[in-house]
Amino acid sequence: MSEYIAHDADGKTVGLVEKKYFTFAEPPDEMGLHSKAKLGPITVAYETYGKLNANKSNVILVLHALTGDSHAAGYYAEADDKPGWWDNMIGPGKGIDTDKYFVVCSNVLCGCMGTTGPSSINPETGQPYGMRFPFVTIADMVGVQKALMDHLGIKQILSMIGGSMGGMQLLQWTIQYPDMVKSAIPLATTMRHSALAIAFNEVARQAIVADPNWNNGDYYGSIKPNLGLSVARMIGHITYLSDEALRRKFGRRLQDKDDFSFNFEADFQVESYLRHQGAKFVERFDANSFLYITKAADYFDITRNDASGSGIQAFSGAKARFMVVSFTSDWLYPTYQSRDMVKAMKKSGLNVSFCEVEAEWGHDAFLLPSQRLTNLVKGFLESVYNDAK
Amino acid sequence: MTQNKKEDLRFDLQVIASWITPGSRVIGLGCGEGELLHYLKKYKNIRETGIEIVEERVAACIEKGLSVIQGDINEEIIDYPDNTFDYVVLSQTLQQVYEPLDLIKEMMRIGSKVIVSFPNFGHWHIRFQVLFHGIAPMTPQLPYQWYDTPNIRILSIRDFREFANRVGFTIDKEVAIDSDNYYRSGKITRFLPNFRATYGIFLISNTR
Repeated sequence: MSEYIAHDADGKTVGLVEKKYFTFAEPPDEMGLHSKAKLGPITVAYETYGKLNANKSNVILVLHALTGDSHAAGYYAEADDKPGWWDNMIGPGKGIDTDKYFVVCSNVLCGCMGTTGPSSINPETGQPYGMRFPFVTIADMVGVQKALMDHLGIKQILSMIGGSMGGMQLLQWTIQYPDMVKSAIPLATTMRHSALAIAFNEVARQAIVADPNWNNGDYYGSIKPNLGLSVARMIGHITYLSDEALRRKFGRRLQDKDDFSFNFEADFQVESYLRHQGAKFVERFDANSFLYITKAADYFDITRNDASGSGIQAFSGAKARFMVVSFTSDWLYPTYQSRDMVKAMKKSGLNVSFCEVEAEWGHDAFLLPSQRLTNLVKGFLESVYNDAK
Repeated sequence: MTQNKKEDLRFDLQVIASWITPGSRVIGLGCGEGELLHYLKKYKNIRETGIEIVEERVAACIEKGLSVIQGDINEEIIDYPDNTFDYVVLSQTLQQVYEPLDLIKEMMRIGSKVIVSFPNFGHWHIRFQVLFHGIAPMTPQLPYQWYDTPNIRILSIRDFREFANRVGFTIDKEVAIDSDNYYRSGKITRFLPNFRATYGIFLISNTR
């Protein structure tokens, strides 16, 4: 996703921001996870933008996708090359207007950007957890976010917004803590992974574990499984684009050459692009985090304990007002999956809006600057903000 | 498109709005850019839902703060439990529906009162075009050629009355209006409505 991040053309920005940390679940009060394991202490990395109003009624929780982090907007230092990953949406006068709302974004449990995950030190051994890190679920990620809200003294969330795996977290929020969530915007997401989505994740995981440097997850302090992780990222990138997007972006164009090389160097631009994305990714992401987080996303299924099998029962406890958005060329979480979600929400009597945005960029469309998406988010947030007054 | 004053609402929509009780639950099928729902939300405090198939129009509705779902009315209507709404509105869309009877039955299922409006093909202007020019009619209300019209159901006010009678719906209210689509003004036509009115608006319910 980082390839899309750019400085705001109009210079509108939340400015300098700071990554903060909150630690809880200190032993013996560890957090109980859905896998029955216990974990503690847990540190959460988070950032906030805008000002919390007096009655704490202007909170927007932003939930990041698989490889995102807490740095959703602004800059850590003036010399930074790039702002946070959703700077086109979050800022003064933007879709999520920081002049009006107090925005919180935290790194997910199991992440590698400041929140406790497999690369964190296991207090029992003094070594990184590696494969001794317990399995976590989307619901566990939400539990950690709830602890952060408690820490910040926030009891009501005006709206939460997230794409892809961020959307799964917000769906879980609306079911797990229905009284806290006034509204939610699931973007390019699903109630459960399809076999196709699980299949791609599994191939990506196998690429990592097949790398000899993975060493059963014990690679901290030595050579990392960079090859496996970069292949995993390459697979991911294919799923984030689309047939059309790949055709438009690369076609069959060759990279810096006029003819085939007749070897296994990157001949085509698309090969070169994927290799570049893979190589960049290993600099910032931990292979074990990738394994655990993709598994959590695969396990997620809000229809699982639902007798109807369609999510109606799961949503029956929810109270939030929803705006569901899908993108026409998204083949990872196609529109039919958003429609299933909308159907379940309708049947549960929830207040729901749905828009399928025409977009050629595949699943990644939710991250790209889009006036349509910005206006939808802006209008929806204004409406829930006015209703809450 | 946001109208700020009450009188800015199109005349046929003003008539529909006048029939709706404040605070009720209203669904607009084929709600366009949400002019009626927005008005009703603002002035009658209704809880609104809209169904609209065109992305731009759905976006315009959501930007106004309305709850609207992008989709086909014939499919989206099926998901709602019985009696979810107080009013189900089908404004100037009936003439484009492939299975009007099925749709009206579904409307009666999800709501207690059904409001249907449509352009009146019995209007004298249309009759004269067919009679004297021998061509498929074009009017300000029906500005299409035969080859590009979305209007596949040709009906008049009288046709609708007979239809209601035959399939067993009760007509609770009926208004024929003479209005131009592009102006806010209009007037109710009481004398020879099937000949002189451009639109028919009906409030119907199930005969029990």
